[in-house]
Amino acid sequence: MSDNIVAILPELWVAIGQTFLMLGIGLSAAILIGGPLGILLFLLSPGQSLANRFVFVALNWIINTVRSFPFIILLVALVPFTRIIAGTSIGPVAAAVPLSIAAIAYFARLVEQCLRDVPRGVIEAAHAMGASELQIVWRVLIVEARSGLVLALTVLAVSFLSYSAIAGVVGGGGIGDIAIRYGYYRFQSDVMILTVALLLVLVQIIQFAGNGIARRLDKR
Amino acid sequence: MGNDVRAAAPGAPLIRLQSVSKSFVLPGKQVFQAVDDVSLSIARGEVFGLVGKSGAGKSTLMRLINLLERPDSGAVYVGDDDLTRLSKRALRDMRQTIGMIFQQFNLLQNATVFDNVAFPLKIHGVRDKDAVARRVRECLDIVGLSEKADSYPAQLSGGQKQRVAIARALAPRPAVLLCDEPTSALDPETTRAVLATLRDINAKLGVTIVIVTHELSVVRALCTQVAVVEEGKVVEQFALSDPPDTPRRTQLGRELGALRKARAIDPESGDDAGLTAHDRLDASDLAVDTELEPPRV
Repeated sequence: MSDNIVAILPELWVAIGQTFLMLGIGLSAAILIGGPLGILLFLLSPGQSLANRFVFVALNWIINTVRSFPFIILLVALVPFTRIIAGTSIGPVAAAVPLSIAAIAYFARLVEQCLRDVPRGVIEAAHAMGASELQIVWRVLIVEARSGLVLALTVLAVSFLSYSAIAGVVGGGGIGDIAIRYGYYRFQSDVMILTVALLLVLVQIIQFAGNGIARRLDKR
Repeated sequence: MGNDVRAAAPGAPLIRLQSVSKSFVLPGKQVFQAVDDVSLSIARGEVFGLVGKSGAGKSTLMRLINLLERPDSGAVYVGDDDLTRLSKRALRDMRQTIGMIFQQFNLLQNATVFDNVAFPLKIHGVRDKDAVARRVRECLDIVGLSEKADSYPAQLSGGQKQRVAIARALAPRPAVLLCDEPTSALDPETTRAVLATLRDINAKLGVTIVIVTHELSVVRALCTQVAVVEEGKVVEQFALSDPPDTPRRTQLGRELGALRKARAIDPESGDDAGLTAHDRLDASDLAVDTELEPPRV
């Protein structure tokens, strides 16, 4: 093993932990907040059971706005907000705040699009049987869209693995940060190759797992 | 409230539409009058056919009965309740007594046959797993699909899917079964099996059936009453037990009479007036031979 790699090895372990921490927080926020938001957006859209033009347009606009920020700008722009939420503006937990905000908006959009694939007639049949909105969400929309939702989460995880590299800007650390600081700034190509290879393996694993689960859940 | 709908005496009107109207705003701000001031009364135990051309408003008219479409004006009585005046909650409860099946079946694709049939029970708070399982078995028995309980809809044929949908609709013991073009996506042989199932349900369980169809053979095979819908209005309504040569105002009415006359084996065709819909059902009746329009699939 090259000296460069041996030298960063302890740091690399920490970085892997930081990456998983940021990804864990971001994805959890996406599922817990972005998921319901996406469902709400779908139900508010024209022709659906809670159709409300004003609220739909407003929510749509907010989601688009968040999504139009380049991530690095969002990271900096949210610094004051991050200080309130995380108590600090540096470190992986602080970086997880803008990461979560971006992930929430991204996932909400993905969820809304997945739910559009649920056949209208199935939702209508549930209404005809006397299902409430909440029952339709849990027992119809999520059940019927579940494989698409898993794939959406997979796309999100892969994108945010890459977003987390930018977290180095605010001292967030992570695998991508190692790649930038050692591989790029110090021209340590071996470190660069190692970190990129590591990310590549991670992406493959995430995608493979996501595809597998989605396939198993899909009975259509 | 729900229970008296199931219990009231046979023969009394179970469904009453009182001058209901429904219009839709089309893209381009044009207003389309789908149902135009219709009053209709459907007796308990009847098999009531709504026939008409595509776009005549027959499906919308049926969807007013369970308020899938809310009328712009008028009242919709099922039993003693005006559905348009019920709260959301009460309407949801009421819908347990009004089953519905669709042309495209509308089953949950990611749920087993068992879970599909259990769905209406679970959403109405039947917590006892044994009770749910028992009722699901009963309903699958009625439609003859007990052995398919663990299959997914994708593994079934079209006819089997429709029978699962029927079992699902029956699970909460409805008083009414609304059928929206139930056989239009099926081949003639499967159509026959599904119609036989519907006939059984009407005869054995006393479920009132309202069926929207464009296939006259389906009307001929199943219905006791028929209403012809044109441009959002009921233009003619008659009993299938009337003599087949009774003068009719509409083309559809005349075609139906001619169809029945052609099929009458006894030259005294008036004699089958006394027969029930079920006696009239035989294999030749069910061949899908008279269509007003091609199936929409």
